This record gives sequence, C-alpha cells and structure tokens, in this order.
Amino acid sequence: MKRSCLLSATLILTAALFGWTSRAGAVDAVKIGIIWPLTGNAGAAGQASKAAAEIAADIVNNAHPELGDLPLAKSAGLPNLSGAKLQLVFVDHQGNPSLAQQLATRLITQDKVNVLMGAYQSSCSFTATAVAERYGIPFMVGESAALNITGRGFKWVFRGTPIATDYARTYMRFFADMKKQGKKIGSIAIVNENTDYGTSVANSIIDEAKKANIPVAIRIPYSASSTDVSAQVLQLKEKQPDVVIFISYTADSILYMKTMRNLGYKPPMVIGDDSGFSDPSFVPAVADVAQGVMNRSAWVIGKPGSTTYKINEMYKAKTGRDLDDTSARNMQSFFALADAINRAGSTEPEKIRVALTQTDLKANQLMMGYQGVKFDKTGQNILAATYLIQLHGKKYELVWPDKAADAKLEWPMAGWAK
Amino acid sequence: MLFLQVIVGGLLLGAIYALFSSGLTLIWGMMNFINFAHGEFVMLGMYVSLLVVVWLSGGPAAFGFAAAVALFVLGVIIYAGLIRHVMRGPMLAQILSTFGLALLLRYTAFFIFSANFVSLPQTSLSGTIDVGGILMPLAQLVSGVLAIVLTVGLHFMLTRTTIGSRLLAVSEDRNAAMLMGIRPNRMQALAWGLSAGAAGIAGALMAISYPWSPSVGETFGLTAFVVVALGGFGSVPGALYAGLIIGLIQAISAFWLGPIYKDIVVYALFVALLWLRPQGLMGKA
Repeated sequence: MKRSCLLSATLILTAALFGWTSRAGAVDAVKIGIIWPLTGNAGAAGQASKAAAEIAADIVNNAHPELGDLPLAKSAGLPNLSGAKLQLVFVDHQGNPSLAQQLATRLITQDKVNVLMGAYQSSCSFTATAVAERYGIPFMVGESAALNITGRGFKWVFRGTPIATDYARTYMRFFADMKKQGKKIGSIAIVNENTDYGTSVANSIIDEAKKANIPVAIRIPYSASSTDVSAQVLQLKEKQPDVVIFISYTADSILYMKTMRNLGYKPPMVIGDDSGFSDPSFVPAVADVAQGVMNRSAWVIGKPGSTTYKINEMYKAKTGRDLDDTSARNMQSFFALADAINRAGSTEPEKIRVALTQTDLKANQLMMGYQGVKFDKTGQNILAATYLIQLHGKKYELVWPDKAADAKLEWPMAGWAK
Repeated sequence: MLFLQVIVGGLLLGAIYALFSSGLTLIWGMMNFINFAHGEFVMLGMYVSLLVVVWLSGGPAAFGFAAAVALFVLGVIIYAGLIRHVMRGPMLAQILSTFGLALLLRYTAFFIFSANFVSLPQTSLSGTIDVGGILMPLAQLVSGVLAIVLTVGLHFMLTRTTIGSRLLAVSEDRNAAMLMGIRPNRMQALAWGLSAGAAGIAGALMAISYPWSPSVGETFGLTAFVVVALGGFGSVPGALYAGLIIGLIQAISAFWLGPIYKDIVVYALFVALLWLRPQGLMGKA
C-alpha cells in the first residue's frame, strides 16, 4: 500500500514536472502539420504557400473583425475549444513523393499533429494522404489537382480545391464561348509535365475535348526538369494548333515561353494551367515575351476595402508580393480545415473528420471564387470553380467569364513586342 | 528545314554541355579527383552574373568576365582550404568532401538568394538570328562558339604550353615534378581555378537563356558526369565531342520519339558505349 502510494506520488510529480497535468484539462493549441516543397524545383511555390498559411493562422489566432464573414476571423483562437490557437509545423518534402510519405509519418508519430495538410505536387499528396489514412488523421489537400488523390475510398482525405475535371470543363466552356464569338478553334495542343499532376490534368482535358468535339492535334508529355525544350516547341510549330494548353511547373513554363520567343513560334492563344504560370517568378521572367497568355485562377484581389483586398494587403506586407492563386487556394483549404476543427470542438481525429464531412461554407464565407465548400463522400469539394485570367502588362486580369470580368480578353495573344 | 533546326538546336545545346563539362574533366585528368560540386560552380556563375547585371547593370562581356574571375578565385580558395587537405585522406573522404561542399554551396545559395526562380533581364545577347530560315538564339550561338574555343584552348594549353606541361607533369608524377622545381600545390590550385572559372563562364552564358534556382546545379552536375564519362575521364576534346553527341541525340530523339524518351535513348546508348568501350570515347584505357 505504502509502496503504491509512493509510486503514484512519483508519477504525479513527474507529470507535473513535464506539464502534463496542466494540459489534461483544456487544449491550448491545435497542431497542424503542413507538408510542402520548401526547397527544390517548386520551392518558390511552397514558400509562397507557407507565408499564406502563416497569415491564415494569424487570422484565426487573433481577432480580425475587419475581415467580414470569413469564419473564425472575428474571434481570437477557436471559440469552441476555449480559444485554443493553431500551431503550424512545416516540413519540406523537396518535391519527393517518398520523402513526403516519410514526413507524414514523422508528423503523426513524433510531432503528434492533430491534422495534416499539403502537399502541392499531386504525386506527393498521393503518397502523404495514404499515410494519414492508415493512421486515421484528417488530411486536407490544399491544392493538388490530380484526380486519383480522392476516389480511393479514403475516409480521412479532404480536398478544398477544384480538380482536373473542373478545370477541363472550364476550358471547354471557354472554347465554346469563343467559338460563339467567331474565334477559330480548329484544334488544340496539350503540353504536360509527366508526373501525376500534368498527366491527370492532360487526361481530363483530352476526355472533355473529345466530348466537346475539339480535336487534340498533339499531346506532348515532358519532364519538368528539362533544360531544353526546343524540340517540343518545334513539334508544336509543325502542328499549328489554335490553342496550346501548358500543364507545367515553374522553370519549365518560363523556359517554354522563352524558347517559343527564340524560335519565333506564337500560337493564337496559350493557356497555362496555373502552377508554373502562377508562380511569383513567372511574370517578372517572361512578361516581355508572354503578353496575353491566359491562366486560370479562383483568386481575385478585388476592390479596395473588400475582404480579399485586405487579405492581399496582409500578404503583401509580409512578402512584398500579391497573393497568387495557388497559395490562395491553400489558404482557403486551411480556413475550411480550421472551421471544421472549431465545429468539432475537440482535437480528436474522428470528431474532426465528422465535422469535415459536415462542412457547408457559403460563397460569402470564402475568399475564393468557389460557389462554396462542401465535401462529397470521396472528400472532394463539389462547389469548387475557377475563373480565367490573362496577362496584361505585368499583371493578370480577370477576363472570363464575362459577368465577372474586369478586363477585355485579347485574342489572339500579343506575345512579344515586334 | 524543321529537321535542320532540330539538329542545329541539338548541337548548340551540346556545345554548352561541353563547356561546363570541360572543367570537370580537367580536374579528373589532373588529379584523379571527382568534383561533385561542379554543378554548384555553374550555379554560382549564374548568380554572379545576376548580381553584376542588377547592381552594376553590366552587359554579357562584363558578367561573363566577372563570373569567370569570381569562380577562379573560389576554385583556388576551395583547393587551398579543402581539397589540398582531403587529398591526403582515403578515396572515400575525397569523394564525400566535394559532395559535402556541393550541399554547402547549394544551401548557402538557398539561404542568400531564396528558392525563387530568377532569370536575367534582357541583355544584348537575348535575341535570335535567322540564318536562311534556321533560327539561332544568340546566347546559345555565342555559348556554343565560345565553348568550342575554350575547350580547344584548354586542350592546347595542356598539350602545347609550359604551364600545361607542368600541370601534366604534376599529374603524372608528383615527386618527379617537385624534383624538377615545379610546385605541385600551385599547379593544382591553378587547375581548380581554371576548372571553376570555366564553370563560371558556362553559368554566365546559360543564365542568359535559362531560368534557375539554387537547385539547378543538380541537373547540370549530372549532365556533366555523363558527358565526362562518355568522352573519357580526363580528356578535354572527349568532353567536347561527347557534349555535342549528347545534345544532338537528345534533340533528335525528343523531336522524333517525344521528349520523355530522349533520356532513355541517351542513357541506353551511353551504357552500350561504356560496355564496348569502358574508358569512354577518348579516354586512356
């Protein structure tokens, strides 16, 4: 008896020493493990998203009554968890899927994060989400677009961003609209980097093009680490498509634009599928040779005074740049995740998962141009959508759909000054 | 016509491969030493160019010269501070030291320049010239010609001048060379300076047409090894031929078979050639 008393006393003392008792009652922080490429080929995009996530955490953790209907902005911390703060743990997978997998495991088993988020490259999201599923930890896919990330029967994986098919359909609606206006779209070409992201978006576009009866003149898969793309550009030059759609990362998209200029090739229109074309390095590098290039974006800065404008100001104050679509979609997914954790009122994974399945954010509660956030049973946001933007001077302007547009579409693209 | 364009493009690309590989092969030929940080030298040459353009608004001649000098000095410092010492250690230490150096340079560049991709603003070498319907980017044309001149020059320096003879003497027999009054450390420091300087010029020329970030050295480093192995370790003309051959094969196979197959073709031929001729095209058996 005496011995067990001593034992329990020791245990309690030890516990007090390490601060366990103080944590047993209330949760003071919710740990979000975030897996992004912070170095490597997509390092710039990862760093941009990291800054966005830090601002999102600041918005949730501190009172920001000026941000309108954005959930959790008004209060400091998560009200249903007695004001608990979000704590972010960033790790760098360098664009390597197997590293992403290891890091996801480490975040769950060693850092004991409550939820996970990531992982930019679709191939990395694909492996990292499988780990989350195995351990039963909710995983929010911020912006990876490949189809196969959801739809594997996973219970723990949610995705806030629009996906490949949403984008492909948008492009076809845009082409139909252009045809109606008398623009010639005889055939299109698709140039895609050959990992999960590029392959899956390209496949979706080909499927949708078939349905829309638009011939695909050529499809060119390539490796994003190519140091020379002249052969690809010459292939395009030979086929003369009316629109070239690029599904590319940063260095390669810049290289394509420069090589097209060098080889004197200018199709009537180039559409970049976000990613590289939205990277902060893209516009400064090629603005003089890629005038009129189109891109997709669900993010618009908006008028001064609007919530989106204020968020952009916060981002600008931190990084010196405007918020880009990729980072913004990550930020939106982050808010949806924070909202679910708050509604769960607990850090228990199962409760957070259930709260995620019940997510129903309306358009006015979002910073993006989605119709809302609501997950279907595969975990995909079924209310996601996107706009099309075009490079005019040194910035992208919203040009389609017409009712949302704030600038006029230029067709054909100007490319470079003569 | 289109096919001729493909061939010209391949050769110009190959010449650049040759330029940044010649420095690597020089170090191997001189010292039997593999420098894994060679790609990082190219990367630093690119950043030196950027700084010269941004701070001093210098033209291609200025930043090419600056990159060559800066990297020459760095090469000498690295030899004096690191290589000279690890040369006395076991082979494994030599290999790992430059590997560590590569990581140190790469992540220092990340720290200073961030992970963002950068590219040079328009320079006087940004345009394209049209020779009978064949378009040649000026930067690649100049790099190509310069690469050939430099590689040939390097070859002549090694085989026809006193300095070259001294360099070769040190690599053949260090002790005998010392008895002849040659200071091996100076010669080897010179070799490192030349090697890094050539990489610096290559970086400056490539910066004109390629966007890059601190991790670019990885890509170039790998290519350089393939070129050197194919051309024959230690052979400067070998690097030139191998660079041109690889550039050409890549361009043709990318155009005919599709870009994702180009490396399969290159490496398949590479393995086949090494199987038939392990010393490379021009290496000594």
